[in-house]
Amino acid sequence: MELTRRELVAAFLGSAVAASACRKSGPRERVPGAVVDQAVELGHRLRGGPLPRADVVEPVEVLVVGAGVAGLSAAWRLASAGVRGVRVLELEAEPGGTSRSGRNAISAYPWGAHYLPAPLEDRGPVVRLLREMGAVTDVDDTGRPRFEESLLIHEPEERFFYRGHWYEGLYLHAGASVEDLEELRRFEARMNGFASARDAKGRRAFAVPSGLSSDDAEWTALDALSMAAWMEREGFRSARLKWVVDYACRDDFGTTAEHVSAWAGIWYFTARQDGNGERSEGYLSWPEGNGRLVRQLVSALPNGAVEGNVLVHTVEPVEGGCRVDALEAGSGKPRAFLARQVVLACPRFIAAHVVAPWRRERPAWLSGFTYGPWVVANLTLSSPPRSRGFPLAWDNVFYESRSLGYVVATHQTLRQDEQGPTVLTWYLPMDGADVKAEREKALSASYADWEALVMADMRPAHPGISGQAQRLEVQRWGHAMVRPTPGFMWGQAKQAAGESLGSSLHFAHSDLGGMGLFEEANWFGVRAAERVLAELGRREVSWL
Amino acid sequence: MNKTLLYITVIVIATCGLIYELVVGALASYLLGDSVTQFSTVIGGYLFAMGIGSYLSRYIERGVAQRFVEVELAVALLGGICAPVLFLTFTLTDLFQVALYGSVIAIGALVGMEIPLLLRILKDQVKFKDLISQVLSLDYVGALAASVAFPLLLVPKLGLVRTSLLFGVLNAAVALWSTWLLAPLLGNPLRLRVKAVGLTVLLLAGFVMGDRLTTFYEDQLYADDVVHASSSPYQRIILTRGKRGFSLFLNGNLQFASLDEYRYHESLVHPAMVRAGKVENVLILGGGDGLAAREVLRYPEVRSVTLVDLDPMITGLATNYGELAKLNRHAMTDPRMRVVNGDAMQFLTEGGAQYDVVVVDFPDPNNFALGKLYTTGFYKLLKKRIAPDGVAVVQSTSPLFARRSFWCVEKTLRAAGFWTEPYHALVPSFGEWGYVLIAHEPPARHRPLPEGLLFLDDATMASLTQFPPDMGPLPVEVNRLNNQVLVHYYEAEWQRWN
Ligand SMILES: Cc1cc2nc3c(=O)[nH]c(=O)nc-3n(C[C@H](O)[C@H](O)[C@H](O)COP(=O)(O)OP(=O)(O)OC[C@H]3O[C@@H](n4cnc5c(N)ncnc54)[C@H](O)[C@@H]3O)c2cc1C
Repeated sequence: MELTRRELVAAFLGSAVAASACRKSGPRERVPGAVVDQAVELGHRLRGGPLPRADVVEPVEVLVVGAGVAGLSAAWRLASAGVRGVRVLELEAEPGGTSRSGRNAISAYPWGAHYLPAPLEDRGPVVRLLREMGAVTDVDDTGRPRFEESLLIHEPEERFFYRGHWYEGLYLHAGASVEDLEELRRFEARMNGFASARDAKGRRAFAVPSGLSSDDAEWTALDALSMAAWMEREGFRSARLKWVVDYACRDDFGTTAEHVSAWAGIWYFTARQDGNGERSEGYLSWPEGNGRLVRQLVSALPNGAVEGNVLVHTVEPVEGGCRVDALEAGSGKPRAFLARQVVLACPRFIAAHVVAPWRRERPAWLSGFTYGPWVVANLTLSSPPRSRGFPLAWDNVFYESRSLGYVVATHQTLRQDEQGPTVLTWYLPMDGADVKAEREKALSASYADWEALVMADMRPAHPGISGQAQRLEVQRWGHAMVRPTPGFMWGQAKQAAGESLGSSLHFAHSDLGGMGLFEEANWFGVRAAERVLAELGRREVSWL
Repeated sequence: MNKTLLYITVIVIATCGLIYELVVGALASYLLGDSVTQFSTVIGGYLFAMGIGSYLSRYIERGVAQRFVEVELAVALLGGICAPVLFLTFTLTDLFQVALYGSVIAIGALVGMEIPLLLRILKDQVKFKDLISQVLSLDYVGALAASVAFPLLLVPKLGLVRTSLLFGVLNAAVALWSTWLLAPLLGNPLRLRVKAVGLTVLLLAGFVMGDRLTTFYEDQLYADDVVHASSSPYQRIILTRGKRGFSLFLNGNLQFASLDEYRYHESLVHPAMVRAGKVENVLILGGGDGLAAREVLRYPEVRSVTLVDLDPMITGLATNYGELAKLNRHAMTDPRMRVVNGDAMQFLTEGGAQYDVVVVDFPDPNNFALGKLYTTGFYKLLKKRIAPDGVAVVQSTSPLFARRSFWCVEKTLRAAGFWTEPYHALVPSFGEWGYVLIAHEPPARHRPLPEGLLFLDDATMASLTQFPPDMGPLPVEVNRLNNQVLVHYYEAEWQRWN
């Protein structure tokens, strides 16, 4: 089907963007660039017929499949316990998964995850990792860790573009009525209440990682309805407030408040603050986004522990461990391993094809997991974008677009002169309810389409940006992150999926937590590693 | 139709038309120098554009009265705002010439349409020979009034900005009363009236606030001659010569006036120099005009001065522009000087040698990019580059006009781990100005003040650390990269004085 430019923009970014972009459109030069992912190819190979198997079997002590944050965290935990012979196999050339990053002559930039909320408490594996990288300076009197100032996101942190003008923050104050502001205050008070709520055992109602939250029905009952339904039920009807909540859901979970569990939606506003509305020290970020954390994890492993370009297609529990079959991505050469212990750190939708027993009998809970697609584009500019109103911030949001706007990769660079070239990372969560249709839509668009979309999103807010744009690269994530749909966070599927298979196959991935976040991926990675340690008969104090 | 009123209209129109011409001409010759050429090209261009306007008026076929009022409104707007807009264009951009001739052509053409249109409106009411003689003679009367009032009354009393706004208001008023005068000929006078009232209010507001604009431009610029103007990628650079001697403006903000800059620079440099253990290696961050360097170089023990300034255009001027080089006593070509055109923050992050004295002389924190240079993040980098017995000084805006900002800088320096000694000095062209002396440990006095200072002696220096109650400390927050409170303090405080 051929769409006109305007229809294309309306279909992906909404009619408001289509209207304002097309009003301003004149002839312009196309920005050179490319789609850089191979999203489609992989799925085909896994779902295709039987794959060749190698005759030579390499023995391994512990094999980790997938060098995303979860897999690398598992390897990091094992390395620090002194386990030798840990190998990590990754199908991409580079480690990092959805926290991968890139770099060009101007800056490093993220391809996916770009920030980490600074932890509130001085415990758990995330703080440990941050300490290892020298990001924690000290701990204050209340026991809160403090972080290296240059790593916390510098002011101005966020702004949004609304009808011709940029405004500070994320709440549209201009023109807000008394009722709007009253609702905002009431909402904040409710969230502060949830944030300070504790159960009889002293657990937070909403904790990081989500698995440490209280399982009291008082709060878990919220999982049954959507965030939008909860807002309606509680009488939160202000359009401005709804926008903020919807934005939050799209930003963290990749879908709208209608399709996010109210428990997860509330978690977003509460788990990372202390109940006084204080959201910890802020966010930690780096030019390459969470790629910096990936690099830290990798640096803790022995050289050569991570092997890229290897697609694992079968994991079969056998006597004394698991047999793992793989293909080398380039040559197609088969590889086989016999591992005493395996951590399978890939998402459920892939595990379903890889775990041999599941391939024979598909577990029922599998259909409980849904993954939404995202598209990320990195746009290199010869100079910072010009704009009217509040100045360029780290996070720059288009109020009326279905994209999330963009993050500025050079924002955290310590320099006085901010007039130099930069890279903007643009995010589009494909947030519709029908993930399959959304995926097809995302994959059907060509580079020319994406170029038109990104520029249509940018131009109304940034006069002259076409002339500054030097290169655009587009990454489509077909199954970018798991969605915490209503009922999922405290449902059966998530619970069942986390169980190990026998004594040698353990699972890790952010999807087991129901939310695609660094803290979840890291926690499940460490948990899987500690199960491995137990199986290997190591006595270790848990990091969890 | 009331003829007397119509004739008054003609006089006002004629006066306004000439006034705009004079405003633009005066502005051009003042800002670009070479007044004969500027003045005559502007006048010539304007007259030519009037001719074009008169010619074009023939293409207006219907609704002549309606068009006439619209032309009046357009003239009122363009003429009214021409002076402030041109001033701004000059101070902030490189496009002054374009804006200048653009306004000349646009205003001239519109003014050129006025009389032909009016004659056509009146042709059925008045006999042709009377019409021509009356309208044209009144046109010349108006012109005379304008040319007498302009130099004798308007420029001295109101200045260029407010003159242009005032005549814009008069022009808009003409448009407004013509909607009654010509009511029978107008299709929909109400809409025109609304526009005319809106415009009048707008220009009046501009006129009232013009006071501020006038102080800004005329006090600082207009009284003086512009002797140099250029644009770098970072800023608009203007040098003027006049009453207060020689002045440098960056993006329209005064950096120094030669009349009293010695007060600022002596106070900036010497308290640090006399307290440092050694003064062999000195670092200056900012200060591309070379005036702080001049003070540093008074000490014979100084072996090297590294000056880091972003803008090669400024350091180039300080080196090569005769008068400025004279003022900084050729500091930039002193063999001990090393000029680095680079990013001060990057320079500090790169690490390297420590300095005995560091002079931090950045522009005030009026935006986030500059605000970064006043954070604990920046000061921690700075701390690593100061020798154990070294001393540094930070220009910290005015403790009187921006009291909270000043104490915020001071507190931020303490939060970064420095010992601090805040002080201030009166620099008439700036007002009360503040500095903070910093060191790892409280420094002792190590050397005498050099000979030949105009402002500082030991007794004066000792008095600078006294703060009267209206400049005393206030509770403030620490300025960090992730809060940038200083930019908010600063903006709120200076707004009260501007
Ligand atoms: C666009 C986008 C923005 C995001 N922004 C943020 C953010 O700002 N902050 C945040 O905390 N989180 C963010 N996230 C969530 C992010 O996914 C998590 O932070 C984290 O990176 C998830 O790690 P993971 O290990 O669970 O999963 P993945 O990143 O999915 O890692 C799985 C790895 O396994 C590999 N793999 C899969 N199958 C196989 C196989 N068969 N053989 C070999 N290898 C295989 C994959 O290639 C991948 O490297 C974002 C995600 C996306 C997509």
